[in-house]
Amino acid sequence: MQSSNGRHRDGGDGSESSAERHSDQGEYGTTSGEVRYEDPWYDALASGWGDVESAGTPAPAVPAARTEPEGPALRARDVYLEVQRSAAFQEVRARYRRFVVPGAVVFLTWYVAYVVAATTAPGLMARPVAGAVNVAMVAGLGQFLTTFVLTWAYARHARLRRDRAALDLRWDTQELARGARGGVL
Amino acid sequence: MTLHHQTLALLLFSAFVAVTLGITTWVSRKRHGSAEEFYAGGRLFSPLENGLAIAGDYMSAASFLGVTGLIALFGYDGLLYVVGFLVAWLVVLFVVAELVRNCGRFTLADVIAARMTERPVRIAAGTSSVTVSVLYLVAQMVGAGSLVALLLGRTGGAAQAWTVIGVGALMVIYVSLGGMRATTWIQIVKAVLLMGGTVTLTVLVLLRFHGDVDQLLLTAAERSGHGKAFLAPGLKYGGSWSARLDFISLGLALVLGTAGLPHILSRFYTVPTARAARRSTVWSIALIGGFYLMAIVLGFGAAAVVGTDTVRASNESGNTAVPLLALDLGGGVGSTGGTVLFAVVAAVAFATILAVVAGITLASSASVAHDLYATLRRPHARQRGEVAVARTAAVGIGVLAIALGLLARDLNVAFLVGLAFAVAASANLPVLLYSLFWGGFTTRGAVWAVYGGLVPALVLVALSPVVSGSPGALFPDVDFQYFPLQNPGIVSIPLGFLAGWLGTVTSDEVPDEGRYAETEVRSLTGAGAV
Repeated sequence: MQSSNGRHRDGGDGSESSAERHSDQGEYGTTSGEVRYEDPWYDALASGWGDVESAGTPAPAVPAARTEPEGPALRARDVYLEVQRSAAFQEVRARYRRFVVPGAVVFLTWYVAYVVAATTAPGLMARPVAGAVNVAMVAGLGQFLTTFVLTWAYARHARLRRDRAALDLRWDTQELARGARGGVL
Repeated sequence: MTLHHQTLALLLFSAFVAVTLGITTWVSRKRHGSAEEFYAGGRLFSPLENGLAIAGDYMSAASFLGVTGLIALFGYDGLLYVVGFLVAWLVVLFVVAELVRNCGRFTLADVIAARMTERPVRIAAGTSSVTVSVLYLVAQMVGAGSLVALLLGRTGGAAQAWTVIGVGALMVIYVSLGGMRATTWIQIVKAVLLMGGTVTLTVLVLLRFHGDVDQLLLTAAERSGHGKAFLAPGLKYGGSWSARLDFISLGLALVLGTAGLPHILSRFYTVPTARAARRSTVWSIALIGGFYLMAIVLGFGAAAVVGTDTVRASNESGNTAVPLLALDLGGGVGSTGGTVLFAVVAAVAFATILAVVAGITLASSASVAHDLYATLRRPHARQRGEVAVARTAAVGIGVLAIALGLLARDLNVAFLVGLAFAVAASANLPVLLYSLFWGGFTTRGAVWAVYGGLVPALVLVALSPVVSGSPGALFPDVDFQYFPLQNPGIVSIPLGFLAGWLGTVTSDEVPDEGRYAETEVRSLTGAGAV
């Protein structure tokens, strides 16, 4: 909320997505001009109404909402399509998948291999390693260890590589969607 | 076991009930009766609070008493069983926690229905969620009945029946009055109690062996009567090939089923953002992993200190291993330490059952009211109306669970927990993964995926040796057993995925690109998330 509200205030000469909003404000007129600065939800509603009336919307640099004459619902849908096709989103998705797919393959294979080995090759699993500890014990504790390590790695990867980009996309998308849809989020 | 520590256990349990009832009253004091409040507790829990609550929801009495007993009786094979419960959390962390938090509102069906024709999808997902919950719930209720008999020594049928009725009534009060907020606080209190009790016992076991784990394992192997074989797999799941395949099937169901359990999914809606959902999952993995590591020590400790034969003599399935261990570690029968520790363990076990039952009841009442009732009765039901229905549904499900628990109390229902996981993995997980990751997925695919996993899982269990045709079956006198495995997972999970794919490729419906874009963008960025 904070960042989208901030963008409204600086009147549209700044970031790309406020270009659209700026035109909405102009279109809408001045009747509720005071209110929109205080309540972002009210502002969204107001800009939505304005948007329905406006014929053309300037295309922002980041995922553009193509303006179609059919109505606000269709355009809200297009916002998500455009965001989905944007380079920024594709990058976030690729980072997510590049970690999760190999990670999931590794731990599922390792788990299935462990269970299958324990049930079909008890001789191998019973081989002693040190003292009372045998291969089975090492493998079982290894499952605990890999679970902890993968949890840590996933949380770290998400925090450092995805969170910021996802948050930026979230605000941009919501702002575009609000403009297109008429505030119904 | 004298009456003395039974009285103390009852007192401690009453204190837990009083404290949680107090919390319930306190948190429902300023409730607004909104759906947001009832199903999601206002979505303002912190990651640590929710992590504790998830751990509390997940660690049932089956983990605390059952798993430790299994290790005390069969050694390594108990450990093998535990690993699946933990590794499952990686599936939850990687593909469920954040994405489901971003896409849904209250239930599993919210995530799927967002991009499909709402009505058939909600009915399907609601039905399978309620099925999973009821299976899990009956197992817990029967467990409560047998637990009181074990711990309080009164094996009379009346005591068991009253416990089941009492637990059920308490749970209905908690859930219908306090909603998610009260249920979450019960889970938190219970998780802290359970961790506290487990840490104390583990430290005492390790002190007994002067911190020498090797010595602990060797003593356990020696006193088990199995020697070195006790420390290697094969004592329980190593028999015939169908028994081995059965365990692989159970292992798959455990790993893939957790991510489809309705009461776990609904927990992610109680935090404000996907990031908080991720952090609460990390907390819960740390807590659950730590708990299971200690459970392993307690299981081997019970074999080493109490002895496998003594454990088996007390209870055939080993459920009394931890209480017996506590009694011994505290100084033996009649000593103050033993009395106190036994009472603590018994009270923790009761609290555990009560809390898990409350969590499941809430999740299934949400499925009934939010998915089934709202779809079948009034398409545009008002929110207040829906919460009233959810409260009524909680009472209804409570009564149903009590009735089933009383009916089934003499039956062997140990397979029910594994079955609940298998149904969750076959009916809920495929549809959830397809909805989140497959752009071409259609309404027919979603409906087929749910029923294509749910129906085979239930039919295969009905035809399995747990229902008929074997001495330990539900109906030992008749024989309609055609499927050799106790757990249907290895067949029904692939069937669920296959049915979802088949339904999609055979349907004429053109998948809505825009709605998939919305699901995908929402799931990864949180745009438009509530």
